[in-house]
Amino acid sequence: MIQAENINKTYKSGSVEFEALKGVSFAIDKGEFVAIMGPSGSGKSTLMHILGCLDTPTGGKYLLDHKDVSELSDEELADVRREKIGFVFQTFNLLSRATVLRNVTLPLVYSGLPKPERKKIAGEALKSAGLDDEYFEHKSNELSGGQIQRVAIARALVNNPALILADEPTGNLDTKTGEIVLGTFQRLNKEEGRTIILITHEKEIASHARRIIFIKDGQIVSDSESHNQKMI
Amino acid sequence: MKTSDLIEETYIALSANKARSGLTILGIVIGISSVITMVSIGQGAQAAIESNIQSIGSNLLIVMPGAQRGPGTQISSGRGEARTLTAGDAEAITENIFDVGATAPEVSGRYQVVAKGKNTNTSVVGTTPEYPSVRNVEMAEGNFITAQNIKSLSKVAVLGPTARDDLFGEGADAIGQSIKIRGMEFRIIGITETKGGSGFGSQDDMIFVPLSSAQKFLSGNDYVTTINVQVSDSNMMASAQENITSLLLERHRISNPSLADFSILNQADIIATASSVAETLTILLGAIAGISLLVGGIGIMNMMLTTVTERTREIGLRKAIGGKKKDINLQFLAEAVMLTFLGGLVGVLLGWTASFVISYFGILGTRISAPSVFLAFGVSALIGVVFGYYPARKAANMSPIDALRYE
Repeated sequence: MIQAENINKTYKSGSVEFEALKGVSFAIDKGEFVAIMGPSGSGKSTLMHILGCLDTPTGGKYLLDHKDVSELSDEELADVRREKIGFVFQTFNLLSRATVLRNVTLPLVYSGLPKPERKKIAGEALKSAGLDDEYFEHKSNELSGGQIQRVAIARALVNNPALILADEPTGNLDTKTGEIVLGTFQRLNKEEGRTIILITHEKEIASHARRIIFIKDGQIVSDSESHNQKMI
Repeated sequence: MKTSDLIEETYIALSANKARSGLTILGIVIGISSVITMVSIGQGAQAAIESNIQSIGSNLLIVMPGAQRGPGTQISSGRGEARTLTAGDAEAITENIFDVGATAPEVSGRYQVVAKGKNTNTSVVGTTPEYPSVRNVEMAEGNFITAQNIKSLSKVAVLGPTARDDLFGEGADAIGQSIKIRGMEFRIIGITETKGGSGFGSQDDMIFVPLSSAQKFLSGNDYVTTINVQVSDSNMMASAQENITSLLLERHRISNPSLADFSILNQADIIATASSVAETLTILLGAIAGISLLVGGIGIMNMMLTTVTERTREIGLRKAIGGKKKDINLQFLAEAVMLTFLGGLVGVLLGWTASFVISYFGILGTRISAPSVFLAFGVSALIGVVFGYYPARKAANMSPIDALRYE
């Protein structure tokens, strides 16, 4: 479902060129749970931006859902993001003054779905992210960290995306809450067959995935099944 | 994004920071309301000036001696100084010019007037019975000067209400009493109706006496200081003015029109001049108020720039979940326009109230015109677009990656 072929990304700042990605190739099938791991500065964030269609590669090909998205314009990328990708961020990025339900329906606002339908889909997404409906009308700044991240996961789910991209989703959570969030991803992967890419710099977190791609200095160092996957 | 969503988003965003939104709106409220109030004052003044000039008569031509100075003339301008017009000129105008309805020559001067120990310095006008109809003067009590008074050189006087109040006390019954002008006793036979204060010398502070008496006892010569001419049709003003000019040139034996020893003021010209002055005043007032509107607009821009910076991460998120440039642009533009629209609405109401209060308490006459209200509304919405455009574009052009990383 995801096919990255020899992806290059070079940043130019003045006359200085910096190669963040040097020919990265891999494929991810539907229903996989992959961790992309690497230390900071390894190029994993750059890779995440390209996989998330927030940026385009300077070289190589990126096929998402059999569609080449490596040379699309900004506006076309926005469409792809809306239809195919759900993001979960380290810093949650919820609208703190809006209710839980409103946060989750936000992507549907941009897809132009009618209101009652939005509410229904958002409710389902929140349940599958593991949040009880008593919290639906709460403002997001009244929730705990774990609850907030589950709202963010629900928001990533509402568009029924081909790919869920989680960028250090446990980075701002304590270990116990982090476990719960990772458990949510595992359940979504196992029970609903969601394709999930987890980006992290921690081996401990990465070990919750079924496959780990290790990246360093803009190149893939190893790509293997997680031998002892940690299940929650 | 649907319109209903846009409005909802806008409402949520603006109500999240009520104090800031309120203060920003206040800037627009002050701007719009001052524009409306100022323009209404200006237009009120314009209307007042026009009605004042209208009140001195309709279709009026005023013939005065002197004024049109040519090279080599010795005629000095200014009423009372130059002596070129006579009652005969007035009669000739009435008889010979077809479109002239009536003429009223007058000889006027300022004199010390005494009555029962009180005295006042006022304008004494010697004139004919046609004066009230030509100059729109109505009688409150008694009668105006009659042809008989003129023929017999009667020492009778008609007082304006202000002159009456000054000499006999407010509202006193003055008919039958006498006043002394230049030491000569005149019997009061009538009081004129109040015309209201006017900018160009009160028309109520006057004393009228028969033309012949004024010439004989007051000015001591046969000249008149002004001939008031009423033209029967407003469309014939210009041609009547021309005809009178050539008639008087002929009577005064002047062949070169540039050497004319008289000048003719056209009431329509006076109104046009005064109106254009008042219009300039209106524009000036509006422009000053417009500056406060501009300041309000800058306030909007300032707030929107702050908002965009504060909500950088939100913008990044909106882009990440599929919001397009157009959506982001529209969202922030809608917030700016909503602010100015609300400001405009409150401003119009406030300006309206202020204008009403100003005229209610008689400080100044005001007149609110529908175009100024619509214009204010349009301008306030336009300000939202103009001053919201830059911040909105700034938001829309953010890179989602940088915006999401913004601390």
